[in-house]
Amino acid sequence: MIGRHVGFVAALREAGMPVSLAEGLDAANALMVIDLMDRETLREAYAATLVKRPMHRAGFDVLFDLWFPAVTSGEGPEDQAERAEYDADTPVEDLRSVLQGLLMGNADDPAFREFVRDMVERFGRVEAGPGRQSWFSYSVLRALSPDTLIARMLNQMLSERGGLPEKLARQQISSNIRKFEEAVASEVRRRIAEESGIERIARSAVRPPVDRLDFLRVTKAELAQLRREVYPLARRLASRLTYKHRRGHQGRLDFRRTVRASLSTGGVPLTTHLRPKRPHKPELVILCDASDSVSSFSQFTLLLTFALREQFTKVRAFAFVDTVDEITKYFAPGTDVLDAITQMTNEADITRFGRTNYGNVFTRFSERYGDAVGPKTSLLILGDARSNYQPPALDTLKRLASQARHAYWLNPEPRAQWDTGDSVATGYGAVVPMYECRNITQLAAFIESTDVGG
Amino acid sequence: MAWFAAPREVGERLREVDYLADEGIVTSVFLAGALGKPLLVEGPAGVGKTQLAKAVAVASGAELVRLQCYEGLDEARALYEWNYKKQLLRIQAEDDAWDDIFSEEFLLERPLLKAIRSDAPTVLLIDEIDKADVEVEGLLLEILSDYQVTIPELGTITAVRRPYVVLTSNATRELSEALKRRCLYLHLGYPTPERERDIVLAQVPGLAGNLAEQLARTVATLRSLELKKSPSIAETIDWGHTLLALGRAELTGDTITETLGVVLKHHSDQARAVKELGLS
Ligand SMILES: Nc1ncnc2c1ncn2[C@@H]1O[C@H](COP(=O)(O)OP(=O)(O)OP(=O)(O)O)[C@@H](O)[C@H]1O
Ligand SMILES: [Mg+2]
Repeated sequence: MIGRHVGFVAALREAGMPVSLAEGLDAANALMVIDLMDRETLREAYAATLVKRPMHRAGFDVLFDLWFPAVTSGEGPEDQAERAEYDADTPVEDLRSVLQGLLMGNADDPAFREFVRDMVERFGRVEAGPGRQSWFSYSVLRALSPDTLIARMLNQMLSERGGLPEKLARQQISSNIRKFEEAVASEVRRRIAEESGIERIARSAVRPPVDRLDFLRVTKAELAQLRREVYPLARRLASRLTYKHRRGHQGRLDFRRTVRASLSTGGVPLTTHLRPKRPHKPELVILCDASDSVSSFSQFTLLLTFALREQFTKVRAFAFVDTVDEITKYFAPGTDVLDAITQMTNEADITRFGRTNYGNVFTRFSERYGDAVGPKTSLLILGDARSNYQPPALDTLKRLASQARHAYWLNPEPRAQWDTGDSVATGYGAVVPMYECRNITQLAAFIESTDVGG
Repeated sequence: MAWFAAPREVGERLREVDYLADEGIVTSVFLAGALGKPLLVEGPAGVGKTQLAKAVAVASGAELVRLQCYEGLDEARALYEWNYKKQLLRIQAEDDAWDDIFSEEFLLERPLLKAIRSDAPTVLLIDEIDKADVEVEGLLLEILSDYQVTIPELGTITAVRRPYVVLTSNATRELSEALKRRCLYLHLGYPTPERERDIVLAQVPGLAGNLAEQLARTVATLRSLELKKSPSIAETIDWGHTLLALGRAELTGDTITETLGVVLKHHSDQARAVKELGLS
């Protein structure tokens, strides 16, 4: 057990989960007080002691399943016969019927897991190269093709199609199909680990947690996760913007000194009321690159913009490709964020020729919206500083930055790629301080490090 | 004091007080007691974080001491404060009262000190810690590491009996790494439809089983939409109460449209749900 524990903790660290020494010890202590034979308790005990961020949980579960695989029931052929629903020779179509029954039920049913195990055994083994076999999910999913069962299931579950009942049924079915796919993937990993060692598979099995995900490489599903991460950050940025001001002008009453001081004045003043001053409303101007080279980044920055709009009244947002347009109105608080992004993409006038041109954007911005930037404004530019070899208009940007109270530039590209090709990162960075911002962690660090309101 | 003998027992005792827990909840609640570590419960609004602490207190016959956090909360409100008005009066009455005025009599005990000094079993609930300023975390770190408080005028007070500590957070901001390291962690998310059905049945006596089931499934579907504010368990329960009061036996499209405001508070969310669920 000790060896397994140590290996598991090391694997978590390698997958990017920060497990401290003390937390490792907490987990070891937890192992002393729980029933080690109860696998789910073991899992939750590890999770409670080692996983302190929800975004790390999925990767944790993958690794847990590898290090602590469920004990196979060890049933022989007779038991299988007893179950009698299927065996090694059952035709695929009949197996699909079994799957159909399971998908309409509860995914926590032990029969569900048994079935997954048997199907991986039967379909998962594939020629991976000359004389080399390995285990794969796709062959299992292709053989059984759960998606093509949906219509049948709906017919069976509903007396008539359409409307709300169908929505609910679909939701249940697709959630169970997802669980089936995950269970197959997990069983496949277990098989591979059994044959070629846990460490090998562990390294490739875990996607980086959301906070390390590269903005330029997120999938659509991950974008939804990112969105959930963005809201608290926007709130945090909002409170950073108001923080300094309020602090500086408010003091807590010091009772001891009040008591002492009052002695010499015969006990007056008795009470002092200190009211916090009204926090000043910060002004924020956001300029974001919405071109295709940064499309997932700009999706993300639009989410950030949207979230900020909900926090502040005085936010103005602008988007650009090779020209710039104000997008504030699409992001009015209370609108739906996805609708807003769609509408903005359709309506905003941000593209002439379709290739990013920062120089032109700054010039146009300064002409049309220059007065948006004043001595109380923080200016936030979001983009990769790649300008297709066009003139950068550094002077214009310099003037805009000097008009503002603060200016920051967040660049989603790795620092190592700055200044390569058509990147003007250093040039712009000399005018407006530029921060590498490739993932949530860096964004959070930026927010904490800047003294935006000061 | 041993708080619970095993995770399974946690589940049974919480159920007796109508709190339905899953594997993650019972294991972390058990470990917090067994290892004597604070339990940090994080998750969206209305998923039963506060209720969990209350249920642990009731289930184990302990007293609940609650520190509600908010922006601007300080030591004087969280830990202790001298009753300076009373002190002034005393000084005005007796000239040489200087030595007496920093004594027990003038001490205003706040939740943290109360929980530390209590010699009865105590559950200390530090609710919505993310609303407090970062400095409060520093204070908590100190107190939760050795369960003692030093009051300069009175000396160091050490807990005779460690309280069972639950911290809750809505994750509106990231808590400090140091605080998280010190705590066991429980992420409370939305329950499975099966568990939510049971919760609704436990909280809304008289509601029919099939209606609770429909509610749970509908709410699960609503949560899968990209909404600004997903419905919480609290809202599912409210919905159950509403349907019971209206005497509905089925959750039809019309009934949903009529009562959607109970579960979705933003207009844009309601519009989205109507569209996605094909209601009108
Ligand atoms: N597992 C559960 N069993 C029984 N009732 C529950 C459960 N979870 C939540 N509830 C009910 O849901 C309601 C909301 O719970 P609670 O107030 O504890 O939420 P919360 O997570 O603290 O929310 P907030 O972040 O808004 O404070 C309560 O009425 C509680 O009774
Ligand atoms: Mg609460």
